[in-house]
Amino acid sequence: MDRVRLATVWLGGCSGCHMSFLDMDEWLIDLAPHIDLVYSPLADAKEYPDGVDVALVEGAVANEENRHMAKVLRKRSKVVVSFGDCAVNGNVTAMRNPLGKSLEVLRTSYLLESAGTGLKLPDDREIVPVLLDKVLPLHAVVPVDHYLPGCPPPAARIRAIVEDLLAARTPSRAAELIRFG
Amino acid sequence: MDHDELLRIADAERAKAKPNEIRCCTSSGCRASGSADVLKQLKASVAANGLNDTLTAVGVGCPGLCSAGPVVMSHPDGGMFGKVTAEQAKGIVAALSGGATDAQRIDPNQPFFRKQFRVVRATAGQIDPERIESYIAVGGYEGLYQALQKRPDEIVTDVTASGLRGRGGAGYPTGLKWATVEKMPPGQKYVICNGDEGDPGAFMDRSVMEDAPHQVLEGMAIAAYAVGANQGFIYVRAEYPLAIERLQAAITQATKAGLLGANIFQTPFEFKVEIRIGAGAFVCGEETALIASVQGLRGTPRPRPPYPAESGLWDRPTLINNVETFATIPAISRNGAAWFAAIGTDRSKGTKIFSLTGKVKNAGLVEVPMGTTLRAVVEELGGGTADGKAVKAVQTGGPSGGCIPASLLDTPIDYESLGKIGSIMGSGGMIVMDDTDRMPEVARFFMEFCADESCGKCVPCRVGTVQLHGLLTKLVERKATRHDLDTLVELCQLVRDTSLCGLGQSAPNPVLSTIRYFAAEYEALLQPEEFARPPRASVIPLSVV
Amino acid sequence: MAVVTLTIDGKPVSARAGESVLAAAAEAGIRIPTLCHLDGVSEAAACRLCLVQVEGRGRLQAACVTAAAEGMVVRTQTDTLREYRKMILELLFAEGNHVCAVCVANGNCELQAAAADLGMDHVRYPYLNPVRPVDVSHAQYAVDHNRCILCTRCVRTCDEIEGAHTWDVAGRGTLSHLIADMGQPWGESATCTSCGKCVQSCPTGALFRQGSTVAEMTKDREKLGDLVLARREKKWTV
Repeated sequence: MDRVRLATVWLGGCSGCHMSFLDMDEWLIDLAPHIDLVYSPLADAKEYPDGVDVALVEGAVANEENRHMAKVLRKRSKVVVSFGDCAVNGNVTAMRNPLGKSLEVLRTSYLLESAGTGLKLPDDREIVPVLLDKVLPLHAVVPVDHYLPGCPPPAARIRAIVEDLLAARTPSRAAELIRFG
Repeated sequence: MDHDELLRIADAERAKAKPNEIRCCTSSGCRASGSADVLKQLKASVAANGLNDTLTAVGVGCPGLCSAGPVVMSHPDGGMFGKVTAEQAKGIVAALSGGATDAQRIDPNQPFFRKQFRVVRATAGQIDPERIESYIAVGGYEGLYQALQKRPDEIVTDVTASGLRGRGGAGYPTGLKWATVEKMPPGQKYVICNGDEGDPGAFMDRSVMEDAPHQVLEGMAIAAYAVGANQGFIYVRAEYPLAIERLQAAITQATKAGLLGANIFQTPFEFKVEIRIGAGAFVCGEETALIASVQGLRGTPRPRPPYPAESGLWDRPTLINNVETFATIPAISRNGAAWFAAIGTDRSKGTKIFSLTGKVKNAGLVEVPMGTTLRAVVEELGGGTADGKAVKAVQTGGPSGGCIPASLLDTPIDYESLGKIGSIMGSGGMIVMDDTDRMPEVARFFMEFCADESCGKCVPCRVGTVQLHGLLTKLVERKATRHDLDTLVELCQLVRDTSLCGLGQSAPNPVLSTIRYFAAEYEALLQPEEFARPPRASVIPLSVV
Repeated sequence: MAVVTLTIDGKPVSARAGESVLAAAAEAGIRIPTLCHLDGVSEAAACRLCLVQVEGRGRLQAACVTAAAEGMVVRTQTDTLREYRKMILELLFAEGNHVCAVCVANGNCELQAAAADLGMDHVRYPYLNPVRPVDVSHAQYAVDHNRCILCTRCVRTCDEIEGAHTWDVAGRGTLSHLIADMGQPWGESATCTSCGKCVQSCPTGALFRQGSTVAEMTKDREKLGDLVLARREKKWTV
């Protein structure tokens, strides 16, 4: 059997899902012969490659760069998995949404006006990616094939879905595997 | 009050009448375009011309042709004037004795009037709604007297035999409802008149309450006697101040005359009526929410059963009918069930009032026998569109109803036929649309209304309508894809099938009916998908029923 | 006591006359999902999760307010019902600001559990992200309106078990919200007895004990039903 070309992507999230991925510990050794990790924060690849079989996408779509990346990975991947609550439902990343549009969020977060420091808001599009007015779950931007909730999803849950996908099975939707939080 | 006295009042009122009357509509529509001033000037002109012995100027209820208001009529010659100004009043009075007037004449024999069959609105435009004598003179309260000569169960049998069905929209057989309340063990029972008319574009009940408040009271009294109730409530929305004023005056007059209160027509029958004013929630037209509101609670519906007929106001058996339903009763009592049952179709008896609005030439109120086609109402009575454009669709039943395409205008108006083509009779709103009207926008308008008016109790209605409105907005802004359209239809089905009360259950009707008949308009707004999506395999059948 | 026999999901079930389909099913070990139902208080029939199909009835019926009747044939698990329940949960998640990861009730939340049980692994509708306040004016408890699903269990519990009727609902549509008394801060309520029954009744983390942090707010919802039963039967276990 050919090795599965696996990618993991980190959008607007805390990287906790990737930490949980690493928590699969020695099973990663078992996994290694079956996959090529072609793109990941854990690997040294600058460009999202073509022909990815499975992409685990952590994080919500919070800024222009996230949105661009989501579209690129969707175009170049066969199976896209929303990996963790931020990708699935926005989660903590999306807690800024009720605060208003991006500028209001930045104002509220940096308290510059009230602090009277005269400092500049970090909204320079030449330097940092521009925030979207609303943080979105991944599937609100591109079609998603499977959902892996959890904050972060426990290692066992990640292993279960990866095993299913490697075996070309439809991932189980058992309650203990899809609980939010 | 006994029957002789009733007849004496009628005789006296008729004897008092002058040979000629000049009648000015004083109901809400004409009043809004200045009819109060017109009436004042008419009265002044009659006096100034020394005509007080032969002519009176009186305020009357709505003759129906609201788009021509203020409307003035001369009696008995049948002259009719429209868009009358206060300045024209003098000329109209002069015209009665052969003078000239520049007031615009209306043909009283045009189909709008000729093709109507008036049962409920029989006296509208002819009597002064503010005087009980005026109502008694045309046979008012005779129906109540007749009813009191029978046993309550005989009246229920009559109403059942008449085939009358609820005019509030759902068309539940009135006799069956009455029978349920009547058969409940004796004890405190209530009668409620639902005057919370809230559909956009509907004003039938307003006109009945304004034009014939005594007729509503008489109908309620007959019902109360039939089911064994001694207390009635009329629930009127606060947006109808004139209806409230006239009903209140009518209650006072009827009580004073002994037609409400104790020992009515010298029988042991006792009946009192109070008005309850609604605070502007559409959902309070739903009977269980209305009952909660009358009790002073938050106006939210509760699940049925138990039906109000078994356990309603303060958990007592309660008969709740719509204004038009009650206003139909006196005529049935006077003329008999067979007379009424001879009007209309096999399963929808009698007449129905519609408020014709939108792009129609003759906007106003029409009362026609059930079974009249939509085409007759819209094209003959309504005169088609105001600017001669083709009629595109007719919306019936307001936010709970559907849009009927012009191709189906030959459908007879009855409960079953309208249901079959995806709309409802509803309370009687009829909005005419032409080809400048965009159906997805119409659907969005009604969904916005439902989302605003949802009481918030059950989840599918509270949140579903908001999501539906969002999807429709996305659609009309040309941002939606086929995927969104599929989601729209699925959500419509959810809201229809799972909502707690009629508001939610019927909220998707304007969307589903416009998708059914005007799918191309929706398709034309769709944008291509940026990414291919797998086909959706919905497990929701088009109807679970 | 009159007993009726009905069929639920193909299984013959007996029930006391007048008992709800929901109760009859529960006694037969058939679980129908609920959110607004709470043992011990009246039914609201508002969440619509317990809708079932009853043969011969055109509309879906809420099991909590449908009386079991002789010969009734009920189906609680059909593809359509499962899909509708999932959609209703998705609507709820999209309506408020439910962030399980940082919620006091994480792991002890009926909304969260229902979503997992019914296979809801994501929400298809746009999140409404409403602006809703958190009221910490009460000395012991707090209400986070972001997590309220308007099930009105607290309203009914406060009214029917405690007899205070501190809670009620104001506004309409998605603007509906809980209010204490006439809408003042909870801590200033003249009627609240601080009994905490509302907190125990709440299915989510909307009502919680102050000082609780993520996943710490456990609730003892059965106590309320037990209390009502004990009062009715006049049997108290100490």
